[in-house]
Amino acid sequence: MTGGAAERVAVATDQDVVRVRQLVRTVAVAVKLSLVDQTKLVTAASELARNTLVYGGGGTVEVTRVDNGRRSGIRIVFADKGPGIPDLDLALTDGYTTGGGLGLGLSGARRLVDEFDIETAVGEGTTISVTKWCR
Amino acid sequence: MERVPVLKIGDILLVSIQIDMEDQVALQLQEDLADRIVATGCHGVIIDISALDIVDSFVGRTLATIASISRVLDAETVVVGMRPAVAITLVELGLSLPGIRTALNVDLGMELLAAARAEAEGGAGHEDTDEPAVTAP
Repeated sequence: MTGGAAERVAVATDQDVVRVRQLVRTVAVAVKLSLVDQTKLVTAASELARNTLVYGGGGTVEVTRVDNGRRSGIRIVFADKGPGIPDLDLALTDGYTTGGGLGLGLSGARRLVDEFDIETAVGEGTTISVTKWCR
Repeated sequence: MERVPVLKIGDILLVSIQIDMEDQVALQLQEDLADRIVATGCHGVIIDISALDIVDSFVGRTLATIASISRVLDAETVVVGMRPAVAITLVELGLSLPGIRTALNVDLGMELLAAARAEAEGGAGHEDTDEPAVTAP
């Protein structure tokens, strides 16, 4: 699999979450995702970037065009050095929240993408990688 | 920080969200609308989201909260103009916006509000006319 140049956004404010949405939208259009898939990916990115800000205390988002030889797509990596997630299964449950939200961010975002990987360690941070492929 | 304008048209407050809102802007809109409902005594709120290319859980929750606040302040909220891709994504995200009335466009939203208002007033009027008959000796 080959990847293009990554574009990176530091996430420290609400405004950066908007910036992440706009960057993901631009790249999603460039790799020719369908309109519904663009919408799903941008929505997932918005949820995860907000998590990076609210729960992770800020971090970085990296957007990369990828190609596995058959299809092209987008990979987005959200990384923070926040408190980590102690109980991942619980955090991925619909409706579970510690932040006063709806508890749909993580579980909902997972449903909106094709691949979803999460690495987290208490006290060290969380890295979430999502990929959406063109159909 | 940008601000979403709230326009008064007759008995209705109209909000057309034309920007990609930061979370703070959405919260500010929630407050502005509550203030304007009380200040104007309007009984209807129309929120046009036709320019929004996504509605995530934060914006969805804000819309639901606005609808609840409006109802407590005797105003009905109708969200209009949702794009098909946004509707598909919202449902997959797990957000079905319970308690929010929707219409396809502003025209239909205004019709919906007028009908709801007529029903509310008609219902009250009906009770008024019935009352003497019930309480008459």
